[in-house]
Amino acid sequence: MSNPELTPDEIRQANRNRRRAKLLAIFFVLPLLGFIFVTFVAPIGTMLYRSFYHPTVSELVPETLAQLDKWSESSGELPPPDALNTFAVELKTLAKDRLSGKLAEEINRALPGSSSLIKSTARRVSRTDTAELQSRGNEILFDAHKKWQQVEVWRAIKKSGSVVTADFYLTALDLEHSPSGEIVQRGTQIYIDLYWKSLKIAFYITVLTAIIGFPLAWYLANAPTRVANTLMIFVLLPFWTSLLVRTTSWIALLQTNGVVNSTLMSLHIIDEPLEMLYTQFATVIAMTHILLPFMVLPLYSVMKGIDPSYFRAALSLGAKPIPAFVRIYMPMTVPGLSAGALLVFIISIGYYITPALVGGTEGQMISNIIAFHMQSSNNWELAAALGSLLLLLITLLYWLYDRLVGISNLKLG
Amino acid sequence: MSTHDIDDQYVRFINVKKSYDQQSLVVKDFSLDIRKGEFVTLLGPSGSGKTTCLMMLAGFEDVTSGTIQINGKSVQDVAPYHRNIGMVFQHYALFPHMTIAENLAYPLKVRKLPASEVKQKVKDALALVELDAFGGRYPGQLSGGQKQRVALARSLIFEPSIVLMDEPLGALDKNLREHMQYEIKRLHEQLGFTAIYVTHDQTEALTMSDRIAVFNDGVVQQCASPSALYETPANSFVADFIGENNHINGKVESNNGEIAEISLSRGDRVRALDINCPPVGEPCVLAVRPENLFIATAGREYDNVISAEFITRLYVGDSIRYFFKMSDGAELMVKVLNDQDAPIIEPGAPTRLTWATERGLALDKPAGKNPVKAA
Repeated sequence: MSNPELTPDEIRQANRNRRRAKLLAIFFVLPLLGFIFVTFVAPIGTMLYRSFYHPTVSELVPETLAQLDKWSESSGELPPPDALNTFAVELKTLAKDRLSGKLAEEINRALPGSSSLIKSTARRVSRTDTAELQSRGNEILFDAHKKWQQVEVWRAIKKSGSVVTADFYLTALDLEHSPSGEIVQRGTQIYIDLYWKSLKIAFYITVLTAIIGFPLAWYLANAPTRVANTLMIFVLLPFWTSLLVRTTSWIALLQTNGVVNSTLMSLHIIDEPLEMLYTQFATVIAMTHILLPFMVLPLYSVMKGIDPSYFRAALSLGAKPIPAFVRIYMPMTVPGLSAGALLVFIISIGYYITPALVGGTEGQMISNIIAFHMQSSNNWELAAALGSLLLLLITLLYWLYDRLVGISNLKLG
Repeated sequence: MSTHDIDDQYVRFINVKKSYDQQSLVVKDFSLDIRKGEFVTLLGPSGSGKTTCLMMLAGFEDVTSGTIQINGKSVQDVAPYHRNIGMVFQHYALFPHMTIAENLAYPLKVRKLPASEVKQKVKDALALVELDAFGGRYPGQLSGGQKQRVALARSLIFEPSIVLMDEPLGALDKNLREHMQYEIKRLHEQLGFTAIYVTHDQTEALTMSDRIAVFNDGVVQQCASPSALYETPANSFVADFIGENNHINGKVESNNGEIAEISLSRGDRVRALDINCPPVGEPCVLAVRPENLFIATAGREYDNVISAEFITRLYVGDSIRYFFKMSDGAELMVKVLNDQDAPIIEPGAPTRLTWATERGLALDKPAGKNPVKAA
């Protein structure tokens, strides 16, 4: 017993009180927990699930897949005739239910070029008698297209049939399965390049906000209260105006006949308009403007708390102002600087609206391609995989930050 | 100018004035000469301008008008980092991201001393403040008293000839404060630097200083040794600010330049030393320290006797404080050592109080309505 002064009864009573306090606390946050679950945990969970759980093909041709299960795809031989027969029958059923197109689309993803193969064969088998398909479906398939005699086609069907798949992650990392089953790089690098570009853009924005925000925060922290409060309104102003308004105003500024170009031309600094809108430059500039308060506010709150006597002490000890500032003052601003940098970096790496509006193709970031897969190509699974990798990347950065700086050093306000 | 003069006027404030807002003066015409090696305290209530004077000497504030000289040279155009003045701040100002040893090494490193010398000096400095084992720790891991000792060592390590201390013990509790007062005094005697110390704590000022400059409202009220300040305060502000004092209102009846005769409200006539006595016929204040005022007994009665009504007594421990009320409402306090002689008096009982003429001071009546300005 840890405390001999207490009787078992008293311990029970104390525990009961503690439990009641805990229950009461949970009761108070219950609405919030419910809200978070419905709007946050559940959608993200289903998205994550979707990135590796893919039952479409297995629902379309379940019996074929059951038979293919026994076939070893690395043997180099075709599946047994029974399996081919079953596939022919199932394909006919799909054709009747107008689902063969969907199967074609799915298999085409695993083996490009198989879409037309499946569609044409489906037309052929739909005109054939089911009993005949059952007995000699394999020959009818071979007859319909000679590709059915290739092992790769069957490998592709078996592979797309697996319910749990890493394919979307491989695609998101610009990797693929070679015909022999090894993981190899894709010919064109799309997503890795995009992740890399997003990281670079986020890095530029973080550095720019730090360069602009640091002196501003320092001035605010050291200005008389009345001046500081007035200037603070200007810092907070972007928070109070619509994000869209701010972004579109950058369009007005940066476009070919926009304010910046016409001013530069009227001053004869340039002869023809600069291409600024729909570039990476536009994305970086507009997002730096939008994210600046996230850098200034933590920096300001940290600088406000730094006793001016530190700097004075450094001077009195004989340090010149600039070395004293660098060696004494700057290290004390690290909690604010790192909090601001982390905020800006994490917000900007997943930013969507601004790059979509002012970035053009050059200024696109990873979130834009995720949106593209959600809205245009209808490949939600790939979008989910890309999103999960982005989440992983951010978690990794956060962990790295914790190792290097320490989360306990973070000061947001 | 002879060496003697330079040493006597090592630090000089000459008619220094300071205004922050270009309208009102925070420091009004401050002049003070400080001897080399002297321990001078600037004492005063908060907002009286004492810290501003220190900051002007350190170079952190401009001088609005007047001159500050160190060793016969004006320091107006010398940057703070070239003045070679050590400074101890109220909240220590130890750099939190450096270890104690790094903090101590900082002033030496900016002076580009060789590494071996820096190491030796840091070691000596740690030994000086008896913190040998603490070099590798960070300021956050030290107690308040230890931090203050490090701050002191850091301000001394580059051997400045002047050390300024801005309420260095303000953040410490009472016991630690007394210990640190002794520590500072010891270092001052051992190293012989000129110390200028700012505080609002009069006990601290009395125990540590060679001389004390009492500030009020931007003006030095008196600058003298602790005993002179306590025993012969120049005016009623000083009399009140340093130690405790009883104030009795009266009117000057006569004055022979040494002893003044004062009539009290009920017509009693008492005599007191003329310190800062207004002209005859003017109202004045008679100040008697609680330890110089006695409850009259048959065997003990001095030159002056008044009567007052007993209110209550406060048990302090080593002493007992008796409170009395005069007929005009003024309260008097008598401090009696807690021994067998401490009398027991019934509340409301009329009592005779007595004091020696040389222990009563005739002073000006303070300008404010309330004679007790600061505790």
